[in-house]
Amino acid sequence: MGGGEPREGRADLALRVEALEAILREKGLIDPQAVDGLIRAFEQDIGPMNGARVVARAWVDPAYKARLLSDATAAIAELGFGGPQGDQMVVVENTPQVHNVVVCTLCSCYPWPVLGLPPAWYKSPAYRARVVREPRAVLAELGLELSGDVAIRVWDSSAEVRYLVLPERPPGTESLGEDELAARVTRDAMIGVSKATGGG
Amino acid sequence: MNGIHDMGGMDGFGVVEVEENEPVFHERWEARVFGINLLALASGPANIDASRHAIERIEPDQYLTLGYYGRWLRALETRLVELGFLAEGELDARLEGRAVESPPPPPPGEPPSPNARREIASEPAFSVGQRVRTCNLQPRGHTRLPGYARARRGVVAIVHPAFVFPDTHAHGLGEQPEYVYSVRFEGRELWGERAEPSTCVHLDLFESYLEAET
Repeated sequence: MGGGEPREGRADLALRVEALEAILREKGLIDPQAVDGLIRAFEQDIGPMNGARVVARAWVDPAYKARLLSDATAAIAELGFGGPQGDQMVVVENTPQVHNVVVCTLCSCYPWPVLGLPPAWYKSPAYRARVVREPRAVLAELGLELSGDVAIRVWDSSAEVRYLVLPERPPGTESLGEDELAARVTRDAMIGVSKATGGG
Repeated sequence: MNGIHDMGGMDGFGVVEVEENEPVFHERWEARVFGINLLALASGPANIDASRHAIERIEPDQYLTLGYYGRWLRALETRLVELGFLAEGELDARLEGRAVESPPPPPPGEPPSPNARREIASEPAFSVGQRVRTCNLQPRGHTRLPGYARARRGVVAIVHPAFVFPDTHAHGLGEQPEYVYSVRFEGRELWGERAEPSTCVHLDLFESYLEAET
């Protein structure tokens, strides 16, 4: 068990999926090549590198940042990202006084267009159960110790709105361009369980 | 429903374990379930609320042992049977090499909406900064009001657009769209004396989950 979620291989489920896909193919309900294409898109093109571009743009362009914080869906669409699980976006900004972190306690809602599919820990019972009740403890376990004077806001995505955290721009990155900055923005920083990696 | 899926605040699951350099899918069957689920249900009446509720209806012990994509598979089977695309027992028969009567696919339904946002004529009942209280709803069916936030006081932080109401839509009772509000709850209101200091939780709640707090 990893945080309450089994990880071992499930040969029985693999056979079951194969049989189900065969039935649906015979009935003309799915096109296997369309399934291949969808999988490839989520393995190669749709992932945290998209969200990282949004964050980097917000760090270098104050007008873009203002648009992102007032209408995130439209500002994210400016960079070409949108669609299912990202139709209604809100971006929440981390500051020295306020730290934001995102969860879905009821299932595993996650902003696909900007972050791709969620990691196993985000979907685990341990994270879903605990981060609403003891966010400081969970963040500390994950390596992010926040001082007691930093307020923590947990966003439990319980409807169809999806949240992206705008991390603080790390010190020592003043000379970096947008592409270099994007490389410093991790998936975990945009969920809110870590900070963007600093200069140096 | 007060199911195992409603995990906020539960104890006993241990530490959050992070896998370094995790692949998008751990096994190919997980990727197939993901793709099949999105495409097969899109060809029928796509209803994410009914799909979520199908996951919630998995027996609690199975919910905890099937894993994320195992749950998707179970819910997909449930929905395909409910929608008439798959006969009860058809998949088991196929796995055991038995012939089975398969239903003809139902006629195509309405093309699904691209998202759950809806324009409604009424004005939002609550405004930013207003104090509200969640109703102590205990429905047997689908809801997006988590157990840990029932009969709790909070403050409206964001007025979102109106969205399809999951509590009816999951059960085929229509879209009945309502405004959604991001409501901020102080940690102490949710978790009492043991709450961590300076923490709060924002939840996105449908209008009929809320009443004005006086």
